[in-house]
Amino acid sequence: MPEKIRHPPIDKEKVQQAQAEIHLLKDQCKGCGYCIEYCPRKVLEESEEINARGVRPPKVVDNSKCIICSFCTAICPDFAIFVEEKPTRKTKEV
Amino acid sequence: MLQKLLTGPHFLNGDLACAEGALLAGCRFFAGYPITPATEIAEHLSQRMPELGGIYVQMEDEIASMAAIIGASYSGLKAMTATSGPGFSLMQENIGLAVMTEAPCVIVDVMRGGPSTGQPTMPGQQDVMQAKWGSHGDYGIIALTPASVQEMFDFTIEAFNLSETYRVPTLLMADEIVGHMWEKVVIPSPEKLKIINRKKPQVPPEKYKAFKPDDDLVPPMACFGEGYHFHATGLTHDESGYPKTSSSEVQSELVNRLCQKIEKNAHKIIRYEKTMLDDAEVAVVAYGIVARAALSAVRKARENGIKAGLLRLITIWPFPTEQVAKVAKQTKGIVVPEMNCGQLVREVERAAKETPVTFISKLGEEPHTPMEILNAIEGVN
Amino acid sequence: MVLEEVHPFSKYLRAEMMPHIWCPGCGNGIVLNCFVHALDELKYDMDKLVVVSGIGCIGRTAGYINTDSFHTTHGRALAFATGVKLANPELDVVVISGDGDLFAIGGNHFIHAARRNMGIKVLCANNLNYGMTGGQQGPTTPLESLTTTSPYGSIEHPFNLVHLAAASGSTFVARWTTLHVRRLTQSIKKMMQKKGFCFVEVLAQCPEIYGRYNKMRSGLEMMSWFKRASVVENFSDPSKAEISSDKIPVGEFVDIEKLSYERMLHEKISKINEKAMEKV
Repeated sequence: MPEKIRHPPIDKEKVQQAQAEIHLLKDQCKGCGYCIEYCPRKVLEESEEINARGVRPPKVVDNSKCIICSFCTAICPDFAIFVEEKPTRKTKEV
Repeated sequence: MLQKLLTGPHFLNGDLACAEGALLAGCRFFAGYPITPATEIAEHLSQRMPELGGIYVQMEDEIASMAAIIGASYSGLKAMTATSGPGFSLMQENIGLAVMTEAPCVIVDVMRGGPSTGQPTMPGQQDVMQAKWGSHGDYGIIALTPASVQEMFDFTIEAFNLSETYRVPTLLMADEIVGHMWEKVVIPSPEKLKIINRKKPQVPPEKYKAFKPDDDLVPPMACFGEGYHFHATGLTHDESGYPKTSSSEVQSELVNRLCQKIEKNAHKIIRYEKTMLDDAEVAVVAYGIVARAALSAVRKARENGIKAGLLRLITIWPFPTEQVAKVAKQTKGIVVPEMNCGQLVREVERAAKETPVTFISKLGEEPHTPMEILNAIEGVN
Repeated sequence: MVLEEVHPFSKYLRAEMMPHIWCPGCGNGIVLNCFVHALDELKYDMDKLVVVSGIGCIGRTAGYINTDSFHTTHGRALAFATGVKLANPELDVVVISGDGDLFAIGGNHFIHAARRNMGIKVLCANNLNYGMTGGQQGPTTPLESLTTTSPYGSIEHPFNLVHLAAASGSTFVARWTTLHVRRLTQSIKKMMQKKGFCFVEVLAQCPEIYGRYNKMRSGLEMMSWFKRASVVENFSDPSKAEISSDKIPVGEFVDIEKLSYERMLHEKISKINEKAMEKV
């Protein structure tokens, strides 16, 4: 959840926001940059390392910003990135 | 009363006999395009196929017809198309695809006067070399030449059996006369017919390799929808079926196997008919409608005291080199009458080696008369 | 961040054939991704699916999807697919091919398959040129484009594929770009569940060749053209849906019901056999 929200959700205390699990298959990436460019929350950026294909795969800047929209998963031409929800989300009974 | 499958004696023309033969062989898919003189096959099957629950579809051209029958074959049906010279030329690329993907199917070419549009209503034998070499690349193929309406019926069934056994497109090279003439055909009842179906895989899908051959060089064939999830391509491929376009070993192995599949089994495929050849000094080698005139000429020659004999080729591809060579050794000359400018005679010359070969060409509406062939026999004698 | 080796869609792909041969940023990879995503959402029965492809970069797709597949000669995918579908109407036949394969050499087969309303689904990756052979002009290359066989600019008017498909009788016609991944996936899902001839065109970028020749040197630049120019115009007139540098009309243009060929054939065969039984 972002730091400052004007009208926070009523059940903010009860429901824990889903946590993203971003999987990067680094050596499959061909460096096209679509996931970085079109992520609505700018979660990814180009990393410094060079992978087996000689390009720079993405790296996660801030995992907590990811809203698991899965646009990166859908737009990757090389099946090199996918996002899943961490299986620890619970609803707290109050 | 509507009869499902014909049996007994019937008066049919060659095209109709071919169509009925296909139905009895189990063919349930026909895709074609009208072309003289093969149109009657399409017309007859458009009526008969639905009666037997089969499919007739008229495609937009011969290229599509050939592609469609490969598709139907891969979906599990026995499939056939029928055409003549111009359509046969169009089909060549996809005949190559059928050879490469080892799709069993039958193509009937009712030959007519060529080249190009030629003489649509006149006979010819001008496509016989194209039958073997028409598509690009090296491959083996089977081609049969019927000489009567009964043979149009019998050889269509034989063509289906051969194509299913060897997973190769099989050609029935008829001509306009055999296609359009009317003769008596005796159709045996279905139980008496020998029908062969393609080998199916004996292993579960995880272990199946689509193009892994058995000892006879023919791979068992799975079909779409059976859960095998295989891939077939016209690109050079290995046993798994996946394309491997950069390897010399894979190309060499695949192309050699496609050729050897037919050559190695040639002794089981080749058929011919010998008449009065045992003590012959002059032999006539002929096929198709011309063989009927040749038979008459040979009989006349015998009456005149010449020891003549006839080798009638039934399978022109694979070419019966051994049989022709044997005949050449025992005779002093061979006569080859063809309705073209010299096609199969080249193969005869190659097999005959030292024995002189006389070629008689005839183009146009009539095949050779027995007199013309007799003159040539007398010339050799 | 946990590193896991297995992508959730890898069960739909042939592991021995991956990674695919397509260039970095190639739209074909996205087309494959959307197609497989649609199959996953539909929980598709892969035993019923047959993928037929033609020649071209997109033609390699048949080798990558883990189902019965066939890679035909250039342009003949639809004719082959006709044979497959008619021989076994239970199968779902999808033709995945390119603009050149389907509309130049294969143009005749396309219009007839659409006219007959064969129950075949066509997914066309339109990359505006012949990519596999090095970037020659094709039937969809925009006017004045530079390609290896139009070095002075193309002087051929391109096809409006949506108009061509609709006019030929297709019962479902849609066009999206590779940027519209969600809507493309939804259109593919709709297409897979429909009877009759369906056509989905995807504008796929070819950054290495077409883009490079035409001032869009990277996949991202081509994507930004898609983003800038595309306008969603569902059910607008297909004849006015031409692609230009300023406007790419996308959307679902046609969605009608029409008796499919297989259905009519089946009905005829039943009727004929009923009559035969009556006479017996």
